[in-house]
Amino acid sequence: MESRDLLDLIWLVPALPALGAVVLLVFGKRIGEPAAGWVATALMGSSFVMSFLSFLSLSNLPAEERGHVRDLFTWFESGGFSVKFGFLVDPLSMTMILFVTGVGTLIHLYSMGYMHGDPRFSRFFAYMNLFAASMLMLVLGSSFVVTFLGWEGVALCSYLLVSFWFERNSAAVAGKKAFVTNRVGDFGFLLAMFLMFQRLGTLDYSGIEHGVGEIAGGTATAIALLLFVGAVGKSAQMPLHIWLPDAMEGPTPVSALIHAATMVTAGVFLVCRAHPFFEASSSAGSVVAWVGAGTALFAATVALVQNDIKRVLAYSTVSQLGYMFLAVGVGAYQAAIFHMVTHAFFKALLFLGSGSVIHGLGDEQDMRRMGGLKKYMPITAATFVVGWLAIAGIVPFAGFWSKDEILAKAWFEGQYGLWVVGAVGALLTAFYMTRQVWLVFYSPARFDESAHGHEPHESPWTMTTPLVALAVLSAVAGLLNLPFTDPPLEFLTEWLHPVFHGVDEIHADSFSLGLALSTVALVIGVCGILLGRAVYRNGLTPYGDRPGRRPPRPVRRCPGERLLPRRRPRPFRERTGYVGCDLPRRGSRPADDRRCRQRSGATRQGGGGGIRRLQSGLMRSYAAWIAVGTVALLAYFVVRVGL
Amino acid sequence: MEITPAYYLTLAALLFTIGAVGLLVRRNTLVMFMCVELMLNAVNLTFVSFARALDDIGGQVIVFFTLVVAAAEVAVGLAIIVAIFRRRQGVTADDVNLLKG
Repeated sequence: MESRDLLDLIWLVPALPALGAVVLLVFGKRIGEPAAGWVATALMGSSFVMSFLSFLSLSNLPAEERGHVRDLFTWFESGGFSVKFGFLVDPLSMTMILFVTGVGTLIHLYSMGYMHGDPRFSRFFAYMNLFAASMLMLVLGSSFVVTFLGWEGVALCSYLLVSFWFERNSAAVAGKKAFVTNRVGDFGFLLAMFLMFQRLGTLDYSGIEHGVGEIAGGTATAIALLLFVGAVGKSAQMPLHIWLPDAMEGPTPVSALIHAATMVTAGVFLVCRAHPFFEASSSAGSVVAWVGAGTALFAATVALVQNDIKRVLAYSTVSQLGYMFLAVGVGAYQAAIFHMVTHAFFKALLFLGSGSVIHGLGDEQDMRRMGGLKKYMPITAATFVVGWLAIAGIVPFAGFWSKDEILAKAWFEGQYGLWVVGAVGALLTAFYMTRQVWLVFYSPARFDESAHGHEPHESPWTMTTPLVALAVLSAVAGLLNLPFTDPPLEFLTEWLHPVFHGVDEIHADSFSLGLALSTVALVIGVCGILLGRAVYRNGLTPYGDRPGRRPPRPVRRCPGERLLPRRRPRPFRERTGYVGCDLPRRGSRPADDRRCRQRSGATRQGGGGGIRRLQSGLMRSYAAWIAVGTVALLAYFVVRVGL
Repeated sequence: MEITPAYYLTLAALLFTIGAVGLLVRRNTLVMFMCVELMLNAVNLTFVSFARALDDIGGQVIVFFTLVVAAAEVAVGLAIIVAIFRRRQGVTADDVNLLKG
């Protein structure tokens, strides 16, 4: 019984960071630097300890009883519909809170070094804590409604943190763009909830799992795809990926925590949580898988030609999230979660490493003005190399095991097309990451010391400690799920099994085939690295990387951003700045600009012109419309219902 | 003559209509504001008369909620009107039309 008592205290996990947010918002100025950072980090840390304790008690329970619902109070009640504000503790949410609080604590610690001297130091930590609280609520919620509360909370915090340096116009614009694009996804999420309520009468996860058998396959597909629209927005998949690269305007710890490790994985989590719908539908899964695979490949091609150190990582994140969706699409939920965890480690590491580089170079982000930093920042370089090997898929680092598992599962499902797309993406991943490592750390130095007045320097201990910790995790996280041992030591798969017990397991056709696929994956990674090293060993290539030069024809012709439709609804284009023309040196060509403008003009006059006349700005005309609407509604009731 | 609930309801409907029409035809923000108050109180009257007619305390309770919300609304609304007046030396509703499509 004791272990269940502890699970009843699960509400402390989101409540501790929430408390931190409140305290820092109210007393932040008085607490000041660095105490405010310590308060936030300590509360995050205690949230992690709390998560770990509940993990211990959950694992003490027998496997089939590992699902504990803790209802705090009835949130709202209307007719037969009641929503409890409660938390669901099961292996899935437990995995999520462990890595969210763990990585979150490290990034909070790092931020104390990175944000040193910022005039809004305490405000930053208040937002970070608020974000952590929302994210934990999202993953712990016992129903779609509580999850949605967290879902909106993280969107808000993402907005606040992306445009944290709002004095810079580009940051303000990027925050707005992230927020607006996410709204599109939320629209799908809301519609899915309405449909669920209409058909099932409940939004609790337990109720859904029982009721899903009664709904028709078409309805299940509709719900699944609508939820997927939400996931696409949050996890920056095509075509809603446009906000993530711009979100790099935020401080680097924000990019690491929100736009690499935690928030953007919420979409994958949502699909895993709603897996009964995806299982009940015959076609939703393949849509998810192909959108994921397409995004994985597409984002990797864009990452090849980015020169901003953080934008490379941003597109890389989009690409890796694509792999996760590929996995959930073929029904390999455990593999997706596995990759989510390892990705959280190595991508947070890479982002924090790039932050350390930016910090050490005095806010320089252009890789064309870096190089040779290994000598000046040994710890950053060493840890970055670990992250690079992990994402490139080199044995024995974490990324190899998780990415290989996703590709192998796709193969065993008979989805050879998905496997090929994923494998090509993996080659590109290894290539662009090698390019980054060489441009930043190894090739001859190209930075201008006079520009910032001092040599590049290694970062303080608050920043290097998280780097080292994450590097260790990126190196060994593969141990969570080891294939090819007898019996396989797939701890994570077994741990998650109670959550996905209704899902057919994908089994390897044969042991040797699995081994062969892994070897191929490894060879692909090594090829990418060797290729990248051969091209970028001496720094910039004569082709596309020199400032002012256009990339060679094949690079320009690669899908890149060109695949994107230029005709985009107005809020995404004009109000939120430069969306359409993202590929460097392309958007500035007059011909492109003119085409953009002409088409946007036509779209606006066709679509918005009629509606905008309704918004006259006259208060009395709005009042008149309200009156007309009320009268119409009343008339409807009187005539049709016979009031 | 017995005063039935119908009298109160008719009065409330009349007051509400006066308020609504006033809101639509007047251009002075302060007057429009008073029209909104008139509409709110017309609804309050409806609540009270139904509470009496149906012998249900619920209607009277709702009135208190309305009063509280209306008080909050007055505070915000008057503040806005004062802010507008300081800026443009007038409170004509139709002049305040910057937010349009």
